[in-house]
Amino acid sequence: MSMTATRTDYDLLPYAGEHHEELSFIRKYIFSTDHKTIGKQFLFMSLIFMLLGGIMAMMIRWQLGFPGQPMPGGTLLPETMSPGGIILPEFYASLLTMHGTFMIFFAIMPLLVGVFGNLLIPLQIGAPDMAFPKLNMLSFWLAVPSGLMMLASFFVIGGAAGSGWTAYAPLSADGQYTGVYMGQRLWLLALFILGFSSITGAVNYITTVINMRAPGLTWFRLPLSVWALFITAILALLAMPILAGALIMLFTDHALGTTFFRPAAGGEPLLWQHLFWFFGHPEVYILILPAMGIVSEILANGARKPVFGYKAMVFAICAIAFLGWIVWGHHMFMSGMNPMLGTTFMFSTIVIAVPSAIKVFNWLGTLWKGSIVFHVPFLNAAAFVSLFIIGGLSGVFMASTPVDIVITDTYFIVAHIHYVLFGGSLFGIFAGITYWYPKMFGTMMNELWGKIHFAGTFVTYNLVFFPMHELGLQGMMRRIYDPNNYVYLQHLQPLNTFISVSAFALFAFQMIFMVNFLYSIWFGKKAADNPWRATTLEWSTPSPPPHGNFQQMPTVYRGPHEYSVPGAREDFSPQWESGGAGAPSPTHHATAH
Amino acid sequence: MNWMFPQSVSTFGPEIDRLYYIILAITGVVFVLTEVLLFYFLIRYRAREGHKAEYNHGNTKAEVIWTTVPFVIVVGLALMSVGVWKRIKDPSAFPPNAYQIIVTARQFEWEATYPGADGQLRTADDFKLLNRLNVPVNRPFVVNLESSDVIHSFFVYPFRVKQDVVPGMTIPVWFEVTATGEYALGCAELCGFGHYSMDGTVMVQTQTEFQAWEATQIAARAAAGVANLAAAGATGAPAN
Repeated sequence: MSMTATRTDYDLLPYAGEHHEELSFIRKYIFSTDHKTIGKQFLFMSLIFMLLGGIMAMMIRWQLGFPGQPMPGGTLLPETMSPGGIILPEFYASLLTMHGTFMIFFAIMPLLVGVFGNLLIPLQIGAPDMAFPKLNMLSFWLAVPSGLMMLASFFVIGGAAGSGWTAYAPLSADGQYTGVYMGQRLWLLALFILGFSSITGAVNYITTVINMRAPGLTWFRLPLSVWALFITAILALLAMPILAGALIMLFTDHALGTTFFRPAAGGEPLLWQHLFWFFGHPEVYILILPAMGIVSEILANGARKPVFGYKAMVFAICAIAFLGWIVWGHHMFMSGMNPMLGTTFMFSTIVIAVPSAIKVFNWLGTLWKGSIVFHVPFLNAAAFVSLFIIGGLSGVFMASTPVDIVITDTYFIVAHIHYVLFGGSLFGIFAGITYWYPKMFGTMMNELWGKIHFAGTFVTYNLVFFPMHELGLQGMMRRIYDPNNYVYLQHLQPLNTFISVSAFALFAFQMIFMVNFLYSIWFGKKAADNPWRATTLEWSTPSPPPHGNFQQMPTVYRGPHEYSVPGAREDFSPQWESGGAGAPSPTHHATAH
Repeated sequence: MNWMFPQSVSTFGPEIDRLYYIILAITGVVFVLTEVLLFYFLIRYRAREGHKAEYNHGNTKAEVIWTTVPFVIVVGLALMSVGVWKRIKDPSAFPPNAYQIIVTARQFEWEATYPGADGQLRTADDFKLLNRLNVPVNRPFVVNLESSDVIHSFFVYPFRVKQDVVPGMTIPVWFEVTATGEYALGCAELCGFGHYSMDGTVMVQTQTEFQAWEATQIAARAAAGVANLAAAGATGAPAN
């Protein structure tokens, strides 16, 4: 581990001070190689896909809340989806499949990795851009056609894939079981292309972090968000090829009649599950680790304290990333694999609770004896901690194999995954977007509407997902079109209706975020360079930073989250400022918030 | 919020429920503790005039404690789970002399095959039921699960039984029911658009009732022949 990283390989990338070329509109906004623009492109793309995924969720909740009743606006959809506005079971299967697919692969993953990876890595390590800017551009322009292809599958004959986002074979391996032929193939191809987008991104992030850190930026001076994104990129680089391989096998089963997963001719359905979850569990951590990094940083900023146990946090990220590879079998306790294998996976799974616990305690430690400023990013980060605790603890139930017999494939799992991916990842994303918005767009989002969005989302979110634990404990299975078909589930209808109404309210609060987000780009208050009085390198640049980011290569003098250093005049000591423990810099643009 | 499991009616049900309540108690305590601390810190350490944050990078002793304690607790939970899991799922630990049937799942129905007069499965005198199982109370019962199309999952909540049914495999699952009555059988794995409608009934009878029922089935099977079974079964009524 060298004290200073060498830059020789990437000297051709110019810093802002050396850069004067004026770019055409197309090179600047569409086929841009600037990491910040690509980050923003990913942001717009994922927010649109998230909106679509949210609309699908609303349709699912309509059917569960008001089964068999015509959906408002449902008559606008084709007869093959909702004749007379009533959602068909076939369409419901497509909806639950595509809701999961869009939210996981086209919303949460690109938001965390595509947006924050692109935006933060070069800015926080003092680099003018990514190591491979053109590869970076390719990464985005692979994701767009992939998403459009996925969306288009709704409108082909047979409709979109209906075998769940996990695409268990042989349901997914032969069109005769679902009546979906083209839709399933488009699903497979679209994900295959998206995998390449992830891989090109991951190569870039890893190379950039290893090679392009500014002088003085040692590994243990990296902001936790960069640590998390770096480890995530390694996970993506190793996991996505496994998915790609599995997708090819499933595609040839479906389209060319091979029999990898179709048992009629000797194939093995469980092989798909092993491959899928060997990719899928690292994927789960791809979907949460960056949010953990972002949240650590924002909690420290809000509490005006260094991150408690910085090194423990780094080791916990590494431990989660390593253990994440040997727990995939916990998705398969009831799958029919050897039950004794289940015992092995139970132990590895239960051990992964430990690094998660370490992170929670260190977040609490960060707040302890702080001087907390409740800005919108902090509120969302605190919500992340509060909700991740619930998602983490509900995971312990599933890890115990005998208890998992009862709750697997019920709404308990639906509650768990949404506490991790919505309560966790998405609140982390809200925290990250509101925190770095001024750096992205040069303006501030509206604080009051930000708080209204936060409060409304936090309350309605819990009203939607907390009762789902009860649905699961009462035995309501996942992915069922109409629970009333089971007499013993009929008494849950009022609860289901309550959840649906809460979900519509939750959706409405997201519109506030969308409007605030778009409105503030043009009409938001002009942002200062360092509006949150933060310490990491991106805040030394103008808001927004020019092409090339820094006037010249910055030098790093201290750790990443140095707040309230004794003897310093300000309560934050930026990484780029020389001098004793946080001597204030005359060039610094501090503003109150 | 109702955190209770509905009543279980199988021999190993209470063991699973006990584990569940232990985990519920432990996670409940951790939940309350961490959430209370979080909200207490948020209120207690809010920014105020004259109040400054403490400059603190962490505490190794604290890290060791909050690494070790969760580790011991979760490994303890795993150790408590091992024996129960083995007793329920390991075919070599199944009780001997269980009554054996085959259940074949297909989109979107359950077909049960009983051994018939010779007591042997997969012989000519087997008889079949559709979307219905008859089970004797207080007797170990093994269901050999097979699928003729996609993956389904055999789920009878009051028995605390859930097992995926995988085409190309025969997966045995056992239970011993402790109370007579009618219980819902459901499919817990997405198996196509009709997944929600793949329900059935498990009728648990006293051993005398069961034997009488079995005898009438065997007699009916002998009288009717194979051909009528599918038609009779389609109504959901016992074949006769």
